[in-house]
Amino acid sequence: MTNPIPIALTVNGEGVSAQVLPRLNLADFLREHLGLTGTHVGCEHGVCGACTVRVNGDIVRACLLLAVQAENASVETIEGLSDSGEISDLQAAFQNRNALQCGYCTPGMLMAAQDILKHEPQADREQIREHLSGNYCRCTGYHAIVDAVEATARARSGQAR
Amino acid sequence: MKASAFSYTRASSVIDALDLLALHGDQAKVLSGGQSLMPALNLRLSAPALLVDIGAISELRGISASNGVLRIGALIRHVDILRSPDIAEHAPLLTEAIAHVAHPAIRNKGTIGGSLAHADPASELPACTIALDATIVVRSKEGERRIHAADFFTGIYETVLSPEELLVAVEVPVKRPNSVHFFHEYARRKGDYAIVGLAASGILEGDVFADLRLGFFAVGDRALLAAASKHLTGKPVTASMLVDAQAALDAELDPQDDQQASAGMRRYLARQLTARCVATLLRRPDLETRPSA
Repeated sequence: MTNPIPIALTVNGEGVSAQVLPRLNLADFLREHLGLTGTHVGCEHGVCGACTVRVNGDIVRACLLLAVQAENASVETIEGLSDSGEISDLQAAFQNRNALQCGYCTPGMLMAAQDILKHEPQADREQIREHLSGNYCRCTGYHAIVDAVEATARARSGQAR
Repeated sequence: MKASAFSYTRASSVIDALDLLALHGDQAKVLSGGQSLMPALNLRLSAPALLVDIGAISELRGISASNGVLRIGALIRHVDILRSPDIAEHAPLLTEAIAHVAHPAIRNKGTIGGSLAHADPASELPACTIALDATIVVRSKEGERRIHAADFFTGIYETVLSPEELLVAVEVPVKRPNSVHFFHEYARRKGDYAIVGLAASGILEGDVFADLRLGFFAVGDRALLAAASKHLTGKPVTASMLVDAQAALDAELDPQDDQQASAGMRRYLARQLTARCVATLLRRPDLETRPSA
């Protein structure tokens, strides 16, 4: 019964089928089976946020989801968001504002930031901070990250006007 | 760390899940949203032989209000609670409290049934259910049990649930026109585990509490329904009544020392939360004064 289980899901728009052990979490599945190493593994117990991905449109911790639970799900990783251009302005803002140094937290931070930009485009700094509160950064002190997200929010709402 | 090896099966219905739990007993663990179970597995604090995934059981979803009762299915996620107009109307304490539960990515997966069955003494929802006098509905192959929330939690991560039982729903009496509620927790940062928290629900008749239920969390081995509230009901609250309630509360609490706070700090904060709750609900800021000592 601890044998591999077949799963089928969509990752960044492409159908994927695999045989996985029940204990394999989604982060390790993405990294080791699919080679999508942009999803980082930090604490492995849901605290740091480095493994944040989208599942069926919602951001989740990939370390707190089994690959077998992603059966039939649509998973989007940082590679998907990056390649599609969905967050190119946000990525540019991170670069402009020095919102990353070592980069370990950055994929998860971008996933969480894009989530609030999508759902609350008028978010203020306090709301941005709260939305990112589950993502740890040990380099920047967060200020530059909040700057980058806020700048992106303002630029997007300016364009929408 | 990585979880140790286990088997996995996806239950197709409540009946199916109950059959599996009856067969495997305490060798099995129920997997709901996994936001407490998965950390425990990854840290190898828990190593079940089998996970029974109930995530696809649609009959465990749903929020409905009828005959004065709001019923919330076990698989309702924290984010569903946050967004539910029915819950905001009939049990606004839950709407307010849920924003303090962890972070968006966790709230997108974590479920009310999972949180209650996990019974972390520092978590918000157990205290909310006891403050709201909720009924926790559990099923096994033998049938259904309906348990008062105040009787459900028995210790750190411990409840009256047997290994063969599945928590299927929570039922909350709907808010009355003169219902009032209060929620506050002290935490280092939003989303962190509370150092001390209070979920309260009451009935106000004029300026008198006809009823007041104080559900404290992170002050002992389980959510506590404080008997100290009896000092605050039935007549207009005076400063000395509040002092009596705080003293009674102090005698009821059994807080732990940990890296977040000493037991003494938790006792102090619990007394202060009591005062803040009463002052807020009665609109009597004079009652929330700092002790001189």
